[in-house]
Amino acid sequence: MLKLINISKTFNIDTLNQTKALININLEVKNGDFITIIGGNGAGKSTLLNSIAGVFKPTEGNIILSKKNITDLPEYKRANFIGRVFQDPLMGTSPEMTIEENLSMALNKKSSLSLKWAVNKRKREIIKDHLSEINLGLENRLETKVKLLSGGQRQALTLLMATIIEPDILLLDEHTAALDPATAIKINELTENIISNHNITTLMITHNMKAALRFGNRLLMMNRGKLLLDIDGKTKENMTINHLLEIFQKKHKEGFYNDRSILSLA
Amino acid sequence: MSLGFILTSIEQGLIYGIMAIGVYITFRILDFADLTVDGSITLGAAISSHMIIANFNPFFTLIVATVGGAISGSITGFLNTKMKIAPLLSGILTMTSLYSINLRIMGRPNIPLISDITIFDLFYLPFIPTRYQDFILILFIVIMVLILLILFLKTKLGYALRATGDNPNMVRSMAIDTKKIKMIGLIIANSFVALSGALICQYQGFADISMGIGTIIAGLASVIIGEVLIGKKSFYFIVPGIILGSIIYRGSISFALMSGFAASDLKLLTALIVIFFLSAPRLKSFLGGTFNA
Repeated sequence: MLKLINISKTFNIDTLNQTKALININLEVKNGDFITIIGGNGAGKSTLLNSIAGVFKPTEGNIILSKKNITDLPEYKRANFIGRVFQDPLMGTSPEMTIEENLSMALNKKSSLSLKWAVNKRKREIIKDHLSEINLGLENRLETKVKLLSGGQRQALTLLMATIIEPDILLLDEHTAALDPATAIKINELTENIISNHNITTLMITHNMKAALRFGNRLLMMNRGKLLLDIDGKTKENMTINHLLEIFQKKHKEGFYNDRSILSLA
Repeated sequence: MSLGFILTSIEQGLIYGIMAIGVYITFRILDFADLTVDGSITLGAAISSHMIIANFNPFFTLIVATVGGAISGSITGFLNTKMKIAPLLSGILTMTSLYSINLRIMGRPNIPLISDITIFDLFYLPFIPTRYQDFILILFIVIMVLILLILFLKTKLGYALRATGDNPNMVRSMAIDTKKIKMIGLIIANSFVALSGALICQYQGFADISMGIGTIIAGLASVIIGEVLIGKKSFYFIVPGIILGSIIYRGSISFALMSGFAASDLKLLTALIVIFFLSAPRLKSFLGGTFNA
């Protein structure tokens, strides 16, 4: 499905600020995998997702998606088969446009840009159906500008936009981190529903170890640009947060406790 | 204030309103500070006037002028999206080169169209007083432009244009090339501006190489006045509102001229109007603050 072959990414090459964000990452994602990714700040989690999405080209290595080499494909072209939700609720939607207008753009994702009407009766029905599935009452507010929505509502909308045309792979970059705890739980549940209903292959970064253990069938732990751990579903089921921490300490003694991730244990 | 005075202001406002809509597309919808405008409005006039003295059909010259504007927009778009030159500089570069190009097209700094046939000579509706003929023709053209633009903004491409100015990141994740969209936006905007320039030279009876100076400020003034009048509503209201803004702007300029200002003071007055409207929210809170204290 998705294969990362020897991916490295170095920022600011040949300057004092040279940073190796990813070091020889090899990863094979199977169809239907729901992978959670944890790791401290600067571990390379977002860099990993960004290089899959095509925000930048990796310094080395190849990315294969559905047997196609997409390493050189620009971001907007990859978006045809990749859905994304960002940490910042402002990133995924157009604030000055209405809910319907935003969703219609997502619905038109795979059709060519043309002078055809962006919304028609049939599309409006599809949009309404999808909105009523997420149960936020947004189906009655089609004409509302997105900037008037709360962060949680926007993330739900972005999630819907990323999946309304089923992507080959869904990338979630801490998409609940900017939300209050109650909303974060709701969005997490919604995420799980959508992913399991449509069996979407997903990579999800989280700072919350509880969530990392609860969701998905596979867990990756990253540190300093490397994959530290790759745990499959069965092993994961019997894991606790303490286990994770122990393993992490064994493998790598420094740096972890200074990290923000320790804060989300509670 | 005579009826003739009001009518002239409205006619001018309508014609310049097409240019203001071009400015609205780049500055507001696309969030691209495009200074090509000062050059492309003269380009429209240069093409149209040159063709008219060569005895082309004046309506046909409007189409050629519009295409000319489209090309100038695409050059700014090329400089920005392909050569990675900053938006402001891309526009300035195109505008500067257009000055020479316009002179080449015109062959001299000024082309009078006194005895030549313009669209206003060809257009005649029966039963309507002569003084309203021009007004009806201009109104018709402006309404056509408005309808076309509003319909366009409702298409897939139109949505992409609006979203690109609002959140390019989201547009890319919807599998759309934002560079292409920027290019299209600049082409459409400068087509409108050049069309407006062609209409202006036929309306006022001459094309002049320096007629474009300060156009961008006049366009911005119209956009801002329109937005203040209409408020933050959807573009269905704002787009016609800009035409209204343009009419009010031209009216106040004519009024200023009547009350004794010299024509050479106009650029300063325009800048002051824009500064006033742009700083209005600040001034308000500033004044409010002192009153409270």
